[in-house]
Amino acid sequence: MKAIVCVKQVPDTSGKVAVNPDGTLNRASMETITNPDDLNAVEAALQLKDATGCKVVVITMGPAPAEGMLRELLARGADEAVLVSAREFGGSDTFATSQILAAAVKKVGLEDDDIVFCGRQAIDGDTAQVGSQIAEKLGIPQISYAADIKKEGNTVTVKRMLEDGYMTIQCKTPCLLTCIKELNAPRYMSLGGIMDCYSKPVEVYDYNTLKDDPLIDPTTIGLKGSPTNIFKSFTPPQKGKGRMLEGADKNTCAELAAELLKKHII
Amino acid sequence: MADFNNTNLADFSGVWVFCEQRQGKLQPTVLELISEARKLADDMGTEVCGLLLGGKGVGDAMAKELGAYGADKVLVAEDDLLETYTTDAYAKVICDTVIAKKPEILLIAATNIGRDLGPRCAARLHTGLTADCTHLDVDVEKYAAFLKEASTLPEAQIDALDRADRNLKMTRPAFGGHLMATIICPRFRPQMATVRPGVLKKGEYNEAKANAVQIEKLDIALTADDIETKVLEVVKEAKELVDLTGADVVVSVGRGISKDVETGIKLAEELAAEFGGVVGGSRAAIDSGWLTADHQVGQTGKTVHPKLYVALGISGAIQHKAGMQDSECIVAVNKSDSAPIFDVADYGICGDLFKVVPMMIDAIRAAKASK
Amino acid sequence: MDFRLTKEEALFQKMCREFALNEVEPLAAEIDEQERYPEETVQKLMKYGLMGIQFPKEVGGSGGNYICYSIAIEEMSRVCATTGGIMSAHGTLGAWPIYAFGTEEQKEKWLRPLIEPHEGAKIGAFGLTEPNAGTDSAAQQTMAVKQEDGSYILNGTKVFITGGGRADTYVIFAMTDKSKGNKGISAFIVDKNDPGFSIGKIEHKMGIRGSQTAELIFEDVHLPADRLLGKENGGFKIAMMTLDGGRIGIASQALGIAQGALDKAIQYMKERVQFGKTLDKFQGLQWMVADMYTKIDAARLLVRRAAFNHDVGLPFTKEAAMAKLYASETAMDVTTKCVQIYGGYGYIREYPMERMMRDAKITEIYEGTSQVQRMVIAGQVLR
Repeated sequence: MKAIVCVKQVPDTSGKVAVNPDGTLNRASMETITNPDDLNAVEAALQLKDATGCKVVVITMGPAPAEGMLRELLARGADEAVLVSAREFGGSDTFATSQILAAAVKKVGLEDDDIVFCGRQAIDGDTAQVGSQIAEKLGIPQISYAADIKKEGNTVTVKRMLEDGYMTIQCKTPCLLTCIKELNAPRYMSLGGIMDCYSKPVEVYDYNTLKDDPLIDPTTIGLKGSPTNIFKSFTPPQKGKGRMLEGADKNTCAELAAELLKKHII
Repeated sequence: MADFNNTNLADFSGVWVFCEQRQGKLQPTVLELISEARKLADDMGTEVCGLLLGGKGVGDAMAKELGAYGADKVLVAEDDLLETYTTDAYAKVICDTVIAKKPEILLIAATNIGRDLGPRCAARLHTGLTADCTHLDVDVEKYAAFLKEASTLPEAQIDALDRADRNLKMTRPAFGGHLMATIICPRFRPQMATVRPGVLKKGEYNEAKANAVQIEKLDIALTADDIETKVLEVVKEAKELVDLTGADVVVSVGRGISKDVETGIKLAEELAAEFGGVVGGSRAAIDSGWLTADHQVGQTGKTVHPKLYVALGISGAIQHKAGMQDSECIVAVNKSDSAPIFDVADYGICGDLFKVVPMMIDAIRAAKASK
Repeated sequence: MDFRLTKEEALFQKMCREFALNEVEPLAAEIDEQERYPEETVQKLMKYGLMGIQFPKEVGGSGGNYICYSIAIEEMSRVCATTGGIMSAHGTLGAWPIYAFGTEEQKEKWLRPLIEPHEGAKIGAFGLTEPNAGTDSAAQQTMAVKQEDGSYILNGTKVFITGGGRADTYVIFAMTDKSKGNKGISAFIVDKNDPGFSIGKIEHKMGIRGSQTAELIFEDVHLPADRLLGKENGGFKIAMMTLDGGRIGIASQALGIAQGALDKAIQYMKERVQFGKTLDKFQGLQWMVADMYTKIDAARLLVRRAAFNHDVGLPFTKEAAMAKLYASETAMDVTTKCVQIYGGYGYIREYPMERMMRDAKITEIYEGTSQVQRMVIAGQVLR
């Protein structure tokens, strides 16, 4: 039995976000962090490990420095890590990313008793798409927005959040769950875990490792295999110093309301 | 080379909207999507089609309303297995229908359900999906006009756009709104987008169009074996009390309410209620005992970055600004035109909050009604 | 020679920083204001093994080194000096003498519960100072009189004991042979539940107000022979060696306070506008920042070197004393300057700076005043 967790290293958008003159993100100048929702996914897997002794495998796709993040997750208690990294994989959109990650999950080995955990969404793209798309590519059921997870035998019961309430949903393993921050409070690395994490295995899956999987095809991965392309990327106009509205009467308030309407706040 | 059946773009036509309903109630945001689809379809010279899945009788209940906002046709799949949403059942019916009828565009509301369903379908259909869009265009002139208003791109670059381009241009915020990206899906159909609720405008109700809507009942092949998840219960919950840091809208009061604290707080609550927001306070309001400590915004209180922050009677000392200056939009009302809060406000009103706020509430209600 | 942290140490520093920001900083102002012991934080520190970092796994510790221990105290003190102080007093004063001088049985019974990672772990404390025996520890009036059966009867009073009243296990020094001065002092392990042991006055302090500081009163406390730590009349050496190590902890605490104050001041300087520009554009203040940064970095090198010596078994008495002397004086200097940079805001409780300045002062006083550190250093140099 395994808990397989897909994680992403993202720029920390809560701090200062640096944008290049051409409108793209200046990633080099920004701190990178483990995507916050993914930490909830890792914690869910570690709790399953605490309860059952199962193995926890973390997988990320990204450039070589993403290994640092994997070490941190090993220091939190994960057992093995996989870094999926190849030039051929670069520029993938969510569709292509899910092709590659699904192939990687298959390479790790998806058994009947396994659960794949993902974060709900990554803070850089906020798409919330890769989890569901991996599930589709693996042909397994998905339950997204998990706020509570129980596993008994091969049955998983999940509290799935909706905007106006929740559903309780059951399915059999193997399945894929996407986790939200309400699910748990991620643990810190432990000193013992830190001492051990550099001796735990981090395997690198490159193009050759995965190329025999039918999901890995030049027409379905990387920039060229991505169905979507970025057409334009731009920064919104800089926030000015703001302005004083004329007067303090009905017209002033109507003008304010019109502005808020224009900004989609109303 | 993989073989895809959705690359012959000319075979695809029509703008489809997935019409999400929960327990027999159409999600209000669907009407925003239908209205938007109408505009896109008019630009493209094609039809708008609603795709409605649910239990028995769902079509009769909702098709007219969809027609009234712009749907020419509503495709209805009625089955007991579709009464409550499951990823498997809905994805199967939608994908089967899309493959059979080949729409050019498929829009889905970016609700928790839409964002579960959309990616599953896109992955199965082998097409692109753009998440949580806030703006859509097909017509390049309209897109260019949008860029001139909402971007910092040089005009020359905007003018150089290919006017013949007919791709759906799907614009969405990324990196927490620091960047905007327009995404296209040029090689596959349908072009799919989930659309952020509440952003696009709902059109006018049109009685004649409501009556003219065509209803087509779909013949679907769905069995219980297709569904691997079992919904044990669906629970509706009133939203729990939102805390300051998680709130989208915060209305804060400060020393300026001192002449009538009770009314001042009541006005703030009413204003906050208009947005579904919460009430906060400056240190002065907390230290004076007008609000409890958990309401405090600022250096010693909480740091907030809501979509809208309204500061009522708050001068804007540095310790207060530290807690709110990163809000997306800041509105300040203060009697003194030299109050430092106006330095960080997007919109400042110099006046008596006890007079201004009731007018503000009226204006906001009027604006909502006009939507 | 390599001044870098190892990758494990760097990762541990990152973990401590996250822990400090999420768990410790949010409580810092409150526990100061209310003079409240941060029990919830201490429980979390225990859970993550941060109360036993520098002890080997065989005795229940986390298997880290003194560099890690120093890093942890620095990072916590950066946001809350109380928390850093609690870790230091527990680790080096409460637990270490039992680790270094205890028998196997004593380690199992008294040390393991102090350092093993779990919530509800016990807290250790150290009692040397008396009303009339501060720096002059040979003036001990607490007496432990040996009985015929080999047990001891303890009588006396200790003051200013960090963790007093909260701690479970105390290492207490008492005269077993008054005629021999320093050479007549012995160390004992005292349990908080020992009959005759009570807590006197809880002090109201200028800084580190969340770390409980109390008077300990011993009235005919009966201590079985197996409570003697080390050799009879060998207590002075235990006390001095314990304090040597403790100085690394306090030096780390002082370093953290200084770094935390400078972090905040720099942030403030970039935001605060006067005369139409932010404070960081004023050269007078830039030079203050440069001086502070340099001193803090020098202090850090001294602290790390002392910890390094401890880790590799080199002498560290002089090194720890220099680290504590320099780091604590740096903490006082830097926090005073940072209050100045904040101006009026530095003086009010809305901002953390006045607390950091109050907290800094204790590092020049406890576990040997700056004067004692100079005595120790001079004594080593002029030997």
